Amino acid sequence: MEKKRFTISVFTEDVVGILNRVSIIFTRRKINVESIAASESEIKGIYRYTIVITETEDQVKKVVGQLEKQVEVVKAVFHPDDETVHQEIALYKVKTGVLASGGNAEKIVRSHNARVLSVETEFTVLEKTGHKEETQQLFDDLKPFGILEFVRSGRVAITKPMKTLSSIVEQLEGLVKN
Amino acid sequence: MEELAIKTTTKQQVMTGSQAVVHSLIAEGIDLIFGYPGGAIMPVYDALYDVEAKLTHILTRHEQGATHAAQGYARATGKVGVCLATSGPGATNLITGIADAQIDSTPLVCITGQVASHLLGTDAFQETDIIGISMPVTKWNFQVTKAEEIPYALAKAFYIARTGRPGPVLVDITKDAQFETLDFEYKPFKGMRSYVPTPQLDLEKVKEAAVLINAAKKPLVLFGQGVLLAEAEKEFKAFIEKADLPSAWTIMGLSALDSDHNLNVGMLGMHGNYAPNKLTNECDVLIAVGMRFDDRVTGDLSRYAKQAKVIHLEIDPAEVNKNVKTDVAVLGNAKESLSALTELINENEHENWLAKFRNLEKEEFDEVVKDDLNPTTELMTMGEVMDKINLHSDQKNIIVTDVGQHQMVACRYAKFKQTRSLITSGGSGTMGFCLPAAIGAKMGRPDAQVIGIIGDGGFQMTIQELGTIFQFKTAVKIVVMNNEFLGMVRQWQELFFEKRYASTTMVNPDFQTIVNGYGIKTKKVEKREDLEAAVKEMLAHEGSYFLEVMVGKENNVFPMIATGASVSDIRLK
Ligand SMILES: Cc1ncc(C[n+]2csc(CCOP(=O)(O)OP(=O)(O)O)c2C)c(N)n1
Ligand SMILES: [Mg+2]
Repeated sequence: MEKKRFTISVFTEDVVGILNRVSIIFTRRKINVESIAASESEIKGIYRYTIVITETEDQVKKVVGQLEKQVEVVKAVFHPDDETVHQEIALYKVKTGVLASGGNAEKIVRSHNARVLSVETEFTVLEKTGHKEETQQLFDDLKPFGILEFVRSGRVAITKPMKTLSSIVEQLEGLVKN
Repeated sequence: MEELAIKTTTKQQVMTGSQAVVHSLIAEGIDLIFGYPGGAIMPVYDALYDVEAKLTHILTRHEQGATHAAQGYARATGKVGVCLATSGPGATNLITGIADAQIDSTPLVCITGQVASHLLGTDAFQETDIIGISMPVTKWNFQVTKAEEIPYALAKAFYIARTGRPGPVLVDITKDAQFETLDFEYKPFKGMRSYVPTPQLDLEKVKEAAVLINAAKKPLVLFGQGVLLAEAEKEFKAFIEKADLPSAWTIMGLSALDSDHNLNVGMLGMHGNYAPNKLTNECDVLIAVGMRFDDRVTGDLSRYAKQAKVIHLEIDPAEVNKNVKTDVAVLGNAKESLSALTELINENEHENWLAKFRNLEKEEFDEVVKDDLNPTTELMTMGEVMDKINLHSDQKNIIVTDVGQHQMVACRYAKFKQTRSLITSGGSGTMGFCLPAAIGAKMGRPDAQVIGIIGDGGFQMTIQELGTIFQFKTAVKIVVMNNEFLGMVRQWQELFFEKRYASTTMVNPDFQTIVNGYGIKTKKVEKREDLEAAVKEMLAHEGSYFLEVMVGKENNVFPMIATGASVSDIRLK
């Protein structure tokens, strides 16, 4: 089976150590995690991890099964790229002089629709959000001018299928007898 | 599942965290725990001192022994096994047993002491990150740093260990939390939204499974520990009897169906029986009940039951399609799934198909079994020892095994008339498991004849637990099959490494002298003519008994499926 890029969304309780439990599942199978992002979800107390890996669909299914089996994982799902809307944010630090000289660098920044976040005498910080390919393109284009620092966030993704987390949580809470 | 007599304490009581630990255990219905003291858990031991009448603590001789004893106890009784250990080395010594319990789905609650919370992360004396270390091998774990968390954490721990697919959990308690006081109130844990222990049975799937079974001409049932864990032995028997379904077992499922039941077609896997392995690749419908298609059972997956439709009755959704592609998955507790399925299947007979099993059984008997049980060689076989135990007992023994050739022989030949009677380290294959596990089994089932079957190698891995037998007068029977070899490894060296016997010869001490030192009655059998009397004497003996049998050094266990081979390539020699 062919390897593809998948986005795994893991919804967990807010407990110490859960990130470790989640990451062990990948480590154990020697799966490289391409990016990971975590934040609270739309439901208070439930955290959302967005994890990107390149694997066969078969392997991804097994991984998601193991993730969901963890006692404090509420739900885990996976989607191929075309079923998600996703973004990454990248920050670039370049010498201010490069941009000020009115040369090509400024054109590149404009054509990529990058934002200027901060201008200091020494350096300027640019920001671009987009798919990895897009933030990478800006990186490649700026490279000849010298990039002092670069950082890209993990992917955050919203899935297209419509089942809401709150309906899942409601159903799960219904199963707990009080 | 065990009778749940968890008590809700009515009025709040002020007590220390360590008292809360023991009172939580008592409220949970626990009366026996296994462990070993040390600095970071001393307050809990101190609290145990006050409740000795209600809660017995068994001091094993090593924390690994405590875990295996708790496993043996849990497997024999169906209750949760409990172990207690100190921080650092005490806690790390638990890991082998925890990993074993995890892969064999055994409910354990392990409680470890931890350095005081202000010292966490400072490399304090005997500080080990046991939460981090145990995470990959526990179903759940939790660190308590405040006394008030104790009753809730333990209630949750027991709930998680026992429900759904059981497993080990670990609760690490800092020393300051043990000293602090709290208002103690114990409430049984009711469940949590992130954990659905048992999936709801889908009747559509049950129907689909029934359709396949009703149309099957050559059905084969494979059953595992899921039947035992769900206490579904009766339902299982009704199921296979209704449609006349030949049924083979994994070693974890052994004893769920009587050995002499006419539909019991024997053991699966690497050293299992000839017929069920061969016919796995001939059946038309394969019905797996509470088993997980371990690689020791399936051999080469690309040549495993490809011709068959596969039905999988399983409690853990992550097991479905993990190894073998399933056509119909029936998720749920085996007891419920089997009852529902039995209603929908037709009464049936599979005479010709069963005859195939009988024919292959005969072939195996002539080629292998006959010489294992009634050898013509001068040297004794492990098989004949098992045969004598069958012959002179009521076959209601609890047989506990270690790991190696003797384990395979014990599983192949021991006869069972009662469920929960075979305790072995299946998924992990942990040498050293038997002696402590047999102790725990005997403590859980004092009424039962508990017989440990151990190799000379594995015996020396946890031999110190003879001290536990001595101190607590545990009336277990211990049989060491002494071949003066790490026999199973030697067998592989003979067959697959050109007889290059690297480090498998064992120069053993005089076990008789050692065991005598522990006040246990011993006997060594070197000649066949003494075997029968010794076995009889052992079985009749009231207290603990150690029987050492000198068996052939170079005997191999057959049949065998070589690694990488298909189940139908099983060799008889
Ligand atoms: C803790 C551990 N270490 C190593 C092994 C690998 N191993 C499997 S069987 C075996 C030999 C066991 O020898 P013995 O206990 O004498 O039993 P026999 O096979 O001779 O019956 C070994 C070393 C293991 N299963 N467990
Ligand atoms: Mg040996």
